[in-house]
Order: sequence, then C-alpha cells, then structure tokens
Amino acid sequence: MAMGKQDGQGQKKSRWSAGVTPYAEMGYYNADYKPKDTDIIAAFRLVAQPGMDPVEAAAAVAGESSTATWTVVWTDRLTAYEHYQGKCYRVDQVPGSDQYIAYIAYDLDLFEEGSIANMSSSIIGNVFGFKALKSVRLEDLRIPPHYTKTFQGPPHGIMMEREYLNKYGRPLLGATVKPKLGLSARNYGRVVYEALRGGLDFTKDDENINSQPFMRWRDRWLFAMEAVNRAQGDTGEVKGHYLNVTAATMEEMYERADFAKELGSVVVMVDLTAGFTAIQSMAKWCRRNGLLLHLHRAGHSTYTRQKSHGVNFRVIAKWMRLAGVDHIHAGTVVGKLEGDVHSVQGYYKTLRCNRTEADPSQGLYFEQDWASMAAVMPVASGGIHAGQMHLLLHYLGEDCILQFGGGTIGHPDGISAGATANRVALEAMIQARNEGRDYLHEGPEILEKAARHSPSLKKALEIWKDVSFEFESTDVPDAVATPELV
Amino acid sequence: MQWRLRSSCKEKKKMRLTQGTFSYLPDLTEAEIRGQVEYCLRNGWAVSIEFTDDPHPRNVYWEMWGLPMFDLKDAAGVMHELAECRKARPNDYIRISGYNREQGYQSTMLSFLAQRPPEEPGFFLDRMEAADRQIRYTIRPYAAQKPPGRRY
Repeated sequence: MAMGKQDGQGQKKSRWSAGVTPYAEMGYYNADYKPKDTDIIAAFRLVAQPGMDPVEAAAAVAGESSTATWTVVWTDRLTAYEHYQGKCYRVDQVPGSDQYIAYIAYDLDLFEEGSIANMSSSIIGNVFGFKALKSVRLEDLRIPPHYTKTFQGPPHGIMMEREYLNKYGRPLLGATVKPKLGLSARNYGRVVYEALRGGLDFTKDDENINSQPFMRWRDRWLFAMEAVNRAQGDTGEVKGHYLNVTAATMEEMYERADFAKELGSVVVMVDLTAGFTAIQSMAKWCRRNGLLLHLHRAGHSTYTRQKSHGVNFRVIAKWMRLAGVDHIHAGTVVGKLEGDVHSVQGYYKTLRCNRTEADPSQGLYFEQDWASMAAVMPVASGGIHAGQMHLLLHYLGEDCILQFGGGTIGHPDGISAGATANRVALEAMIQARNEGRDYLHEGPEILEKAARHSPSLKKALEIWKDVSFEFESTDVPDAVATPELV
Repeated sequence: MQWRLRSSCKEKKKMRLTQGTFSYLPDLTEAEIRGQVEYCLRNGWAVSIEFTDDPHPRNVYWEMWGLPMFDLKDAAGVMHELAECRKARPNDYIRISGYNREQGYQSTMLSFLAQRPPEEPGFFLDRMEAADRQIRYTIRPYAAQKPPGRRY
C-alpha cells in the first residue's frame, strides 16, 4: 500500500497538497491527546503488514473509522476536522508478538444518539478489510454515560425480572427444546410441559426454529402456551417459554410478538442474526408491552472467536445491553462452547454490574460506568449438566440463567425427571453456599447428599458424571491470571 | 417428609407449591432455616416474615408479620417471630425473605417457604375457548374458593 511518505523531490509533502499523506501526519495519531470524559474510546488489536509502521497502521484505523479516506480531500477544510477526527493516542506492543493494541478516542459528535447500527457502522464498518493490516480486532469500548443515557437499555433488567417472576436467590433454570428442528407443534409442547412441570423456570425455542414446514409459528405458540399454563397450575410458579419471533421482516416479527402477548406469554426471544436495529425495535416493543426479551447470540462466533481478527464478544455484550435485551447467552466456562473462564467472567460483569473497573486479567480494557442502566441476565447454555452445579455457581454467580438442554431432555427417566434433577442440584448448592460451606470443593458431596432424597438427581449424576469438555480456548486475555480449578 | 420428589410419571403426583428458593428440597429444619437467616444477616439484609392463605403465583403481597426487621442482628429474634407466626397461622404458607436496600438492588435477595399447609390442594386450570383456536387460561387455588380464614 502506498501510504505515501515523500513527494518526488524527497521533500515532505504538506498536509493539504493533493495526493496521499500518512494518516498519522493528518492528525489521526496524537500521542499528546488526553481523551475527554465524553469520548468513546476503543481498543483495537492489530497486526500491520510487513514493513508497515504500527503507529501508521493504528492511525489508519482511527482515520477510516472516522473522517478519512485514502487521499487528501480539500473538503476536509470546510469542517472543524480536528474535532471529528478519530484520534489514536496510544499504541502498545503485546509482549512477545507482532500484535499491537491501539487506543483510539472518538468525539461523541461522531455518533447518532441511541443507535447501535450507527455506532457499529462507524467503529467497525470500514476498517476490517483494510489491506495495510494483516488483521484487526475490536477488543473493547469505553462508552461514556453521556452516550449510554441516549439508549433505552434492557426492557426490564434483572431485578424487575425477578420481581415479575417471583424468583429470588438462585440462578433461573431453562432448557432448549430438542431436537432443534423437526418436531410438530403438539410434540414440541409436550417437551415444554414436561420440562416446566419438572422444575425449570423457562424453556426455549432454538435460534433456528422460526416457522418452517414441519411446524408453523402460530401452532407452536398455541401448544407452547397450553404447556406453560398447565405447568403453572401444577406448581403454582410463574413459568415461561421463549417464543422466537425472529422472522424475515419487522412486520412479521411484530405480528408474532403481538400474538405472544395476546396469549399471555411472559417472554419472547430474538436472534442476533435479525440485526441490531431489529433487536432495538423489539426492545422498545418489549418495554411497551411488558414482555421479557431473550437474545440468542446466533452467529457471533463467526467474528468473536479468533483472537487476531473480528470483534470481541465483550463489545457485543455492551452493545446488546445498550440495545436493550433482558437475557443474552454469554458462555458457560465448563460447557461445550468456546469461552475462557476469565473472559467469560468479564462478559458477565459487563452485563450485570453498574460500574466495572479496568481488569486486564478478565480482558476488560477500560472502566465502564453504566449510569444505572438496567442489568442483563447472562445465560449459560451448551453442554452443561447437574453434576457441574458447584462449578457453575462458583464461576457464574447467582444472577444468571443456567440452560440444560440435553442435560434435561436426555435424562433416562424422562424430561420431567431431568428438570427435577437440575432444580434439586441447584437448590442444594445454593443452600450449602448460604450456609457458608466451601461448596466449590465439597460440590460432589453436596450433590450426592441431595441425591439421597432425589432419585432423579441420583440418576443424572450417574449418567453424566464423567462428561466434561476440556479443550484449549482459542481466545484468552493477554494478561495471565492465576489458574483456577475447572 | 411426607412429600416425595416426582422422579417419573409412575410416582404418584402430589401437589406441592414450589415457590421459593428451596421448594425442591425436603422442608427445611429449624437449624437449616436459621442457617439461611444468618446468611441474610451476614449480608446486611433486612429479614421479614409473611404469610398467606392464597398462594396464587401472582399474589405478590402476602400478609406481613410485622415490619421487615431492619435493625435485627441476631437470628434468634427471627426464629422467635417465626414461632409466633406459626402459632397464630398454623395452616398457612409462611415465607422468610431477605431484602437488600442497596442502590441497584432495592429488592428481595432470597425468599423461601418456612411453613406450608398440611394439605395442598393445588390449583384449578380454567380454560376458556375463544376464537381462532385460542384459549384463555387462568389458574385458581382450590383453597381460595373459600373465604379467608377457612381455606386451609
């Protein structure tokens, strides 16, 4: 790439003469810049092409994610360009690698109020295919309260959800109906009923169950709500099924959501693939209509998983808290899907806390003040089972949803027994924790004792006792934390 | 313990209200209740006792057995109040809750049943058929069909 350095005569080219001026010299790198409290700050992990100066590469990212194009344009001089330029103010090499972390500050005037689509188009819209970079990854954002306050945020938040459901002091329990595809509406409702009456709080449509030939959405709605209401009558508890309203158009999504409301469902869900704008629209709809909004992060691993390129999930977590969802899948630590323990704990903090401090060991690059925006319930789902309850509670805490799909439906005595096993295991572990026991290390004994009065749990522990998924994570924070017992 | 966990459909299905944090465990013993109360007090939460003879899941406001015990530091005080409440309401549901007034919470942090009626008749699920295959559902506690005071 001809990031022009000199003119033909070996003279340094002036800032404004036509042609190519290095981004760094155009003001997109300024080591003296002190970010304002109102700036949005981004941390990018980048690898420059061979021979490319990392500072110039970082300045190019700042330029292309704000005002710049590849060549000098005189029309810049019609603007207060210093104000609108993204400013890279710090570039640190990641020790022992060819990677650099570039810190870039953006003035708030670059962004439309309350729009994730706009913020993401600005910050990640144009830089990821840049030839001068081998790879680039958006690691984290510091979003100031001035901007946060322009978003609605979660329709309800964790505390309101708990008061709405009358469930306190423990993680909520859920399960995704399996098989994901192929069940008729009537058979699907059977799974919902058995799981809820056995002790789960929620069941869930999977990300790819919308309205297919084998089961149309309206039929699923009717049978699922029969199941939910039966289970409520059996237990005297509030129950819910995440009805997935994801569809091809917003009009269809609203139609499905309206029918869910009419039937008295407490929750609907949407997929990340529906897009940021569709999610924000559903968030407003849910606030207006009093339904919880569950988000399945379908597709995120295509860009969140590789350490060198893409967008870290903690950025998606921040965007989705602003966009306004009540639940979001955020990793399990011990399950079948990618998720290093420290990174996952960082995501959970990002979703739940009102203020987080920078913590490199958890991959948190910045402090973040949420200015009282409601919290999002993180959801742990994918290859988890009752025998891991002590680990789940230790790593993920109490304000989350534990979803056992196979770990409920795969129980040899049936779905209801699977649900009961999970609920007994959870309550026994909470009881032990509250009594001050070292439940992380005594977990297996606590579960065994609880299984003495629960044949369902006994069987679950026998069948899944040796199941774990121990693979190296592809993405871990740079800073090394003390190893933990997983 | 009278009630047994339903591990499969072959076991007799008996109604057991499963509201509260520990309803899938055997009913808590006095020592276990005290353990949970002490957990609340360690966290600085105000403990309260409430009772009802209407366990509908949307019945939010159970009768308060006095005010939340904001200044209480010793679990013995809660256990004494619980004993008094049980004496006065031997057949009602009684729950103990821990309340956190901290900003960002201002809500209940733990809530569990400390007494349930000897017989739990459960709920009647009423279905009203409407147009387009829709059904309007409502559940009613069988016990709440009777006037207060004669329900359990």
